[in-house]
Amino acid sequence: MMCRTGQRPDPHGAGGEQAPDAAFAALLEDSAEELYESAPCGYLSTLMDGTIAKINATLLGWLGREREAVVGRMRFADLLTVGGKLYHETHFAPLLRMQGEVSGIALEIRQADGARMPVLISSAVKYGDTGEPLLIRTTVFDARDRRAYEEELLRGRKAAEEAQRRAEADRARLQDALAVLQQSLLPDTLPPVPGVETAAYYHTASPDRLGGDFYDVFPVDGKRFAFFLGDVCGKGPEAAAVTSLTRYTLRAAAVHDPGPVSALSTLNKVLHERYTGSGDPRYCTAVFGTVEPHPTTGQAAVRLASGGHPPALVLRADGTAEFLPTPGGLLVGILPAADFVTATTVLSPGDTLLLYTDGLTEARTGRDRRGLYGDEALLAFAAGQAGKPPRDVVRALTELLRGFGDGLDDDTALLALGVPAPAPRQDRAR
Amino acid sequence: MNPALGSARTAARADRARSRAGPDTAGYPVTVPDRFGETRDACETDGMDIVHRNNVTVTGNPRGRTVVLAHGFGCDQNMWRLTVPALAGEYRVVLFDHVGSGRSDPSAFSEDRYASLEGYAEDVAEICEALDLRDAVFVGHSVSAMIGVLAAGRVPERIGALVMVAPSPRYIDEDGYRGGFSVEDIDELLESLESNYLGWSAAMAPVIMGNAERPELGEELKNSFCATDPDMARVFARTTFLSDSRGDLGSVRVPTLVLECAQDAIAPREVGAFVHRAIPGSALVTLDATGHCPHLSAPEATNEAILDFLAVSR
Repeated sequence: MMCRTGQRPDPHGAGGEQAPDAAFAALLEDSAEELYESAPCGYLSTLMDGTIAKINATLLGWLGREREAVVGRMRFADLLTVGGKLYHETHFAPLLRMQGEVSGIALEIRQADGARMPVLISSAVKYGDTGEPLLIRTTVFDARDRRAYEEELLRGRKAAEEAQRRAEADRARLQDALAVLQQSLLPDTLPPVPGVETAAYYHTASPDRLGGDFYDVFPVDGKRFAFFLGDVCGKGPEAAAVTSLTRYTLRAAAVHDPGPVSALSTLNKVLHERYTGSGDPRYCTAVFGTVEPHPTTGQAAVRLASGGHPPALVLRADGTAEFLPTPGGLLVGILPAADFVTATTVLSPGDTLLLYTDGLTEARTGRDRRGLYGDEALLAFAAGQAGKPPRDVVRALTELLRGFGDGLDDDTALLALGVPAPAPRQDRAR
Repeated sequence: MNPALGSARTAARADRARSRAGPDTAGYPVTVPDRFGETRDACETDGMDIVHRNNVTVTGNPRGRTVVLAHGFGCDQNMWRLTVPALAGEYRVVLFDHVGSGRSDPSAFSEDRYASLEGYAEDVAEICEALDLRDAVFVGHSVSAMIGVLAAGRVPERIGALVMVAPSPRYIDEDGYRGGFSVEDIDELLESLESNYLGWSAAMAPVIMGNAERPELGEELKNSFCATDPDMARVFARTTFLSDSRGDLGSVRVPTLVLECAQDAIAPREVGAFVHRAIPGSALVTLDATGHCPHLSAPEATNEAILDFLAVSR
C-alpha cells in the first residue's frame, strides 16, 4: 500500500495563485439567472395542467421559438411529437402524478421548422406547504448523439435476434437431417437372435452425434447371424461417411459369403479402391463374425476375424475372462490385399462375447488424465462381470465409461452377445 | 338519461385536487378483506388462477355493490389509488391488472389472445365469473372503457352499468371521423415504447411481477407502475390504438356514463360526443380537467361524477 506522508506540491501552488482566483471571481459573477438561461440543458416550468410558465433560452434555441409564442400559450406536451404526446399521456404524466418525479425519459421535441430533436426528459413536481402540487419542473437534455448510439445498439440487437432466429431454424433443420443420417449409421435396435442375447452401447464424442465407430447385427441365412463392430480413423462427419460405406459394404458382402475373412477382404478392397489416390486415405479396424446357435445343445458357435482391431473378450460363466486372439489382421483398406485369419470359440450358457472399440481402452485415467485405461484393466473388469448376461455387462461398462468423465474423448462402441444361462442352473450355482 | 348527470355541478375544478396526488401516498395498501376468502371457496379452481393471472384485488365495503376499476394502456391498477378511498366506504371495489401490465402473470400472455380487445374482454368476463359478480359497475379508463363495452355484451347479468373514463372507440382518423391520430403517429408511440423501458428490465421483472402482495415501493422500484415487458407493451399498444370499436357502442344496453376531459390530447371532445351519441341513453359529463387521466389530475371531480352516477344507476 502506498502512503503519502510527505508534503505534496499543491497543483495550484505558488506562482499560479493570481490566475485561479481571478477566474473564480469571474465565475461568481455568473448569476443564477444567467446560469438558468444559458445552462447546457433546457429548463421548463409548467402549471400542473402542463401550461408552460417559464422556459430558458437554451430550450427556446433548440425549439427555434420565441418566448412570447411559448409561455402561457403552449403546454409541455405540445413540444413533443404526436407519438411522444401519446407516450406522455399514457406513461409520463400518470407516473409523474403518482411518484412526484420521473427521470430520464427518451422523447423527441418538435422544432419550429418541423425537425425533431431527441432529448432526455426529467420532471419533478413542486409541492406547497400543505402538500398540494404547485408546478412541474422539467429538465431537457440534448440526446442527439446518445439516441444515434442507442439506435445503433437497437439495430444491432434486432440483427442479432434475427440472426439467432435464423440460426436456430437452421440448427433444427440440420439436427433433423443429422438424425436421419445417424440412423443410417447405427441400427435403431438389434434384431432378436434366437438363443442368443445381445446388447450394445454407443457413445459419440462429436457434438453433432456423427461418429466413426459402428456395429451391427443381422441375419444372413436360416441358421447364422452376422455381427460386426469397428472404428474408422478420424471423428465427425468425415469419419461418418466412411462408417456408412463400411457398414453397407459389410452387409452386402455377407449376403454373398458370410465368412468373416471374405467379408473383411471385400471391405478392404472397397475402402482401398475408394480412398487410395483421393489424397485422403481412409481405413478402419473391424471385427466381423458370425454366430450360430445350436438348436439342441444351447451352445452357440462363433467364428470371427479381425482387421487391426483390439481382440474380442470372452466372459465365461465360471467367472473367468480371456481375450480371443485374432493374429495378424491388418488395418482394413490400407493395402490392396490383406490377409485375415479366422478365430473360433463356442459360447456355452452363461458365456458372453464382448466387442469394443479403443475409445474404451484408450480412455485417459488418473487425476492428471495421463494414464490410459488399458487392456489389463479391461480384462480385470471383464472378469468381474463374467457370468452376467450381455445387458448387465454392457450396463456395467457404460457406468465405467461415465466414470471416465472428460477422460473419454473418443467415440466408443460396445457390442455383447451371450448365451443365456438357464435359470435353474443359476439357482444351483448360488 | 338522467338530466342531473349532465349538469354543471360536476364541472369541478381540477386544481381542487388535494395533496393526495403527492408522492408519499405511493403504493396505498390494497387489502384483501376476509370475506374474500369466502369468495375464493365459492370459485371454481380455475377461478383462483384468474385471480392470480390478473392480480385481482378486492377491497372496500363487502356488502356494497361491486365496482370494478379497470386501468387503461400504460400503467396498472395503481392508477385508481385516488379513486378507491372515495368508493371504498359504500362500495365493494375490485381492481386488477390486464395481462401484460402491472403484476399480472406474465406466463399468461399470448400475442394472439391480446391482439384484439376481445381477448381482454374475455379476461374481464372471467374475472366477473371468478368472483361471481352480479350487476357490477364496470369503470374503464381509456381503452378499458371499450373493453367494458365488450365484456358487458359477454356477461350481461354480471355487468349492470358502465362508466367510460376518457373513452375512444377509434383513435385513427378516417373519412368523416376524427379520432385524432394517424397510423404513423402510433408507430411513433411504438418507438417511444422501444426507447423507454422505464422500470422494466429482464433482471427486475421477477421483483416487479412476482410479488403479489405489493410491498411499499422502494426507490429501486421507481417507475414500476408502468413497468411492462416491452414486447407485451407493444402488443397492447397496437391493440389499443389500432382497434376500431365504433360498431360495438350501439350494443350497450346498460346505464352508461361517459366521462371526458375538457382538454384531452388522446380522446378529444368530439370523440366523447361521438361515444355519447352512439350509446343509447348514455350520460355525458365533461370534467374541467387537462390530460388523459382525470382520476389522477382531477380526482375529486372524477370521483364525484362517478359517485353521482352510482347513486342514480342502481
